[in-house]
Amino acid sequence: MNLASLAVHDAGDKLRKREISSVELTDAVFERIAATDGQIHAYLTLDREAALDQARRADARLRAQDGASPLLGIPIALKDNFLTQGLRTTAGSRILAEFVPPYDASTVQRLRLAGAVIVGKTNLDEFAMGSSAENSAFFPTRNPWNLKRIPGGSSGGSAAAVAADQCLAALGTDTGGSIRQPAACCGVVGLKPTYGRVSRYGIIAFASSMDQVGPMTKDVRDSALLLQVLAGRDPADSTSANRPVPDYAAALTGAIKGIRVGVPKEYFVSGMQPEVEKAVRDGIHELEKQGAVILDISLPHTEYAVAVYYIVATAEASSNLARYDGMRYGYRAGAKDLIETYMITRDEGFGAEVKRRIMLGTYALSAGYYDAYYSKAQRVRALIKRDFDEAFQSCDLIVTPTAPTTAFKLGEKTQDPLQMYLSDIYTISINLAGLPAVSLPCGFDPEGMPIGMQIIGEHYDEATILRVAHHYEQATEWHKRKPRIEDR
Amino acid sequence: MKYEPVIGLEVHAQLLTESKIFCGCSTKFGREPNHNACPVCAGFPGVLPVLNKRVVEFAVKAGLATRCQIARLSVLARKNYFYPDLPKGYQISQYESPICANGFVDIEVNGASKRVRLTRIHLEEDAGKNIHDAHGDSSLVDLNRAGVPLLEIVSEPDMRSREEAGAYLRNLRAMLQYLAICDGNMEEGSFRCDANVSVRPEGSETLGTKIEIKNLNSFRAVERALEFEIERQRDTLSSGGKLLQETRLWDEERKETRSMRSKESAHDYRYFPEPDLLPLTIGEHWIAELAAALPELPMARKRRYMADYGLQAYDAELLTSRKDIADYFEEAVKSHADAKALGNWIVGDLFRELKERRLDQQFYITKWPVKAERLAQLVQLIDRGKISGKIAKTVFEAMLDSDQSPQQIVSEKGLEQVSDPASIENAIDQVLAAHAKQVEQYRSGNEKVFGFIVGQIMKATQGKANPQTVNEVLRAKLKSQA
Amino acid sequence: MKLTAEEVQRVAVLARLRLTREERTELTEQLDHILTYMDKLGELDISEVAPFTHAIESNELREDKVTNQPNTEALLANVPDRDGNFFKVPKIIE
Repeated sequence: MNLASLAVHDAGDKLRKREISSVELTDAVFERIAATDGQIHAYLTLDREAALDQARRADARLRAQDGASPLLGIPIALKDNFLTQGLRTTAGSRILAEFVPPYDASTVQRLRLAGAVIVGKTNLDEFAMGSSAENSAFFPTRNPWNLKRIPGGSSGGSAAAVAADQCLAALGTDTGGSIRQPAACCGVVGLKPTYGRVSRYGIIAFASSMDQVGPMTKDVRDSALLLQVLAGRDPADSTSANRPVPDYAAALTGAIKGIRVGVPKEYFVSGMQPEVEKAVRDGIHELEKQGAVILDISLPHTEYAVAVYYIVATAEASSNLARYDGMRYGYRAGAKDLIETYMITRDEGFGAEVKRRIMLGTYALSAGYYDAYYSKAQRVRALIKRDFDEAFQSCDLIVTPTAPTTAFKLGEKTQDPLQMYLSDIYTISINLAGLPAVSLPCGFDPEGMPIGMQIIGEHYDEATILRVAHHYEQATEWHKRKPRIEDR
Repeated sequence: MKYEPVIGLEVHAQLLTESKIFCGCSTKFGREPNHNACPVCAGFPGVLPVLNKRVVEFAVKAGLATRCQIARLSVLARKNYFYPDLPKGYQISQYESPICANGFVDIEVNGASKRVRLTRIHLEEDAGKNIHDAHGDSSLVDLNRAGVPLLEIVSEPDMRSREEAGAYLRNLRAMLQYLAICDGNMEEGSFRCDANVSVRPEGSETLGTKIEIKNLNSFRAVERALEFEIERQRDTLSSGGKLLQETRLWDEERKETRSMRSKESAHDYRYFPEPDLLPLTIGEHWIAELAAALPELPMARKRRYMADYGLQAYDAELLTSRKDIADYFEEAVKSHADAKALGNWIVGDLFRELKERRLDQQFYITKWPVKAERLAQLVQLIDRGKISGKIAKTVFEAMLDSDQSPQQIVSEKGLEQVSDPASIENAIDQVLAAHAKQVEQYRSGNEKVFGFIVGQIMKATQGKANPQTVNEVLRAKLKSQA
Repeated sequence: MKLTAEEVQRVAVLARLRLTREERTELTEQLDHILTYMDKLGELDISEVAPFTHAIESNELREDKVTNQPNTEALLANVPDRDGNFFKVPKIIE
């Protein structure tokens, strides 16, 4: 049995029973990476020595029965916008190509405390801006199900790594769908927690009012286990909520009979791939079979979400990325004076998509345009949130497709940025409202590409989302299918 | 055409907190460059700000002391621009909803009272320091100061002269010092001032072209710059010229304001609410607590001194200019109630000592060269006629850094004043005998020589003779010997 | 046309981005296209709507304590150019 193909909870069982060691598990993962990453290109940075070191320490703790965390000794990958002390962190950008952070992100600290083994840093769209991992300054990641297709983005590397068993689980970030959409493309489980549920400290910021850290895993139970470690107040993040953290694993079992599931009509419109619609409707039907009550609902302001997102997120990003100026860290171009240094450093250091969004955001905030764009967008955002508040009066969860199509081909969408933005339509509103949502596999299209179903919950109600997702998953077993990647 | 000046002042006060506004770095001055800096205040990737509670407390105190409305909900905002001393590429400040608004500072100039209104007080972070490298085309950046908390205090353009501006600054500074939120040191940069100046025809209601003056590094610089600029604007308009709305720098060397030839005249700061910080909510209970704990403020204290101790405005102002001085003064007066005399000793001899020892550079003096109680005792001795004012100066010197009572010193050194006429008579007779010429001059009508004779008598008695007694006895003798 | 090339240049300067002529032309077109799409928001009546804020209750502020362990070397480790313990940066040329 290839140890790397284990889920976190299975591997954890075996580790605690001393059937396997963390070193063996970690070795298996690195072997898998060596055998497959030449084709997939999920990873930007690997640190085998450090990982084995962590694995050895985990084994010592396991032997001494010191530490009960389900993550003890488990090899986990991190999207390369998580700061890792002493380990290069690039945000997928040339401007940070050589940057070695002096500190760990809070969520990374939590993983280390739990005894997880950090395998390495995965590829992403530059500064998390994109839906395909094609915007990485280094190389695009491939979808393990079809190497000519994109893995989704921006957490494309993490999604591919989990799907290809190049780690047992991974962390990603989600600002407009960047965990959920690649999870759907790669047939894995991707959870975006409620805004404020998990600390953002040490995550390279994109849109401060939307960014969230979340787990990308092989099944729903793993998602619950990881969320348990990540969730909770962090004094270093003023926007992290001071709410008690429930026992997510315990919440997986429990009845779902009578749960009211809303299906918004605005999410089933023309332009959807027919197989996607069918798979998701089948999924909803499956929930009904399990006792859920299905309701038709409306989220009337859905059509404005893309416009709102691309004003607010780019405005925040334009400000967040001002610090990349070549003065204190990162790439600095040679130039004759200060202003030129700024301008050339940033022109050479940032890719086209990043520059485009900085320009858009700067424009939306600039004198004379603030009211017309930023201010207006924040008000429409309130309307979008209100849609959800009202919907949740009559339902407990909302189910939609994660993306209108399955993974498209590399290079297919890079011509028209607006087209790319419009494909985020199903995930974006959730970030605008700050709600939690998961994507999990619900089928495959005729080409064998995975399809994802999205389950959205009320603020801080990850437990219900996970419970329903777990029931669905156990009944349908889509997660047991694995891509076949030939050794080359 | 007579033009009247219209002046508004913008003050940035560095707050006396232990740690910076958004991170746990120390605010202490004078360490190695980039010693008091961390990833947060250095604007590293991934960092987030966390607001220091004491900064909010100080802002509320300043607002309460200036009778501002305290916002129960206020919002922090990003001010976006690029400069090497601004690590994040934006400054976290406040824009649309500042923490305090609509207060005032009362001033007195030439006996006239005036109220200078405050538009707003808000909190923000300081930038680092950009030092120009002597040789070459580089600058050196030190982020120790980046993230130090500031209060920005903006006045309405209510001032009409440089004297009013000076009075406003002094009162504001004293107030902040009394509240112990800022040490008010302009030279060191903990209290900074920019001026907005315009002129308009007397009687006009509309404002003229507003010109901003920067680089004012002392109170004197503020007054000089205002004097120069008002004159410049008047002259320009009188001779038919036009004034440009611009920013000008005060040149301390050349004593003039100069236009800033900066490429970026108009900044577009693209303010928006800071998404990494929650809106600031301030509870009623906390505001009430802080209001109850406010100390008596300088203006009120000054008025009380004038009313209760009968002091002149000028002296009262000097004694209340610093809280530690005022506290010292009151402690002394408690021991011996001659407020006027004590006041004089403090603003005279004690101030001089403080300056010499550079104690005046401390924020709140606790170790005085002479204890308040001891100074009171000294004045008491004078008032009781035990020593003369002149001898008292000698005693004062001896009291410095010693804990001996003045009485002890007087006894030890045998400095008691001699008031008994019989004891003085001898000395007088000797001096008269030795200075027959001067006696003759006096008798011929030369009043001035009287002082000389008195001086000789004082010398002969080592200064211990009671001058009043000397005067009486001498006059009597000279008269009688006519 | 919502956006002129001059405006794009103005925004690029604000954002400290040097743009080549090709980039400028392409961006003008793309941004114009995107901004035109944003006009959708004009369909809505938002006169009575307050801007969005997160559902996070206010948090405790930080106590005024020095908690940082100074580490200048770590701070300077990634700097492109240094002089002693200073970050060394290009000067503004007036």
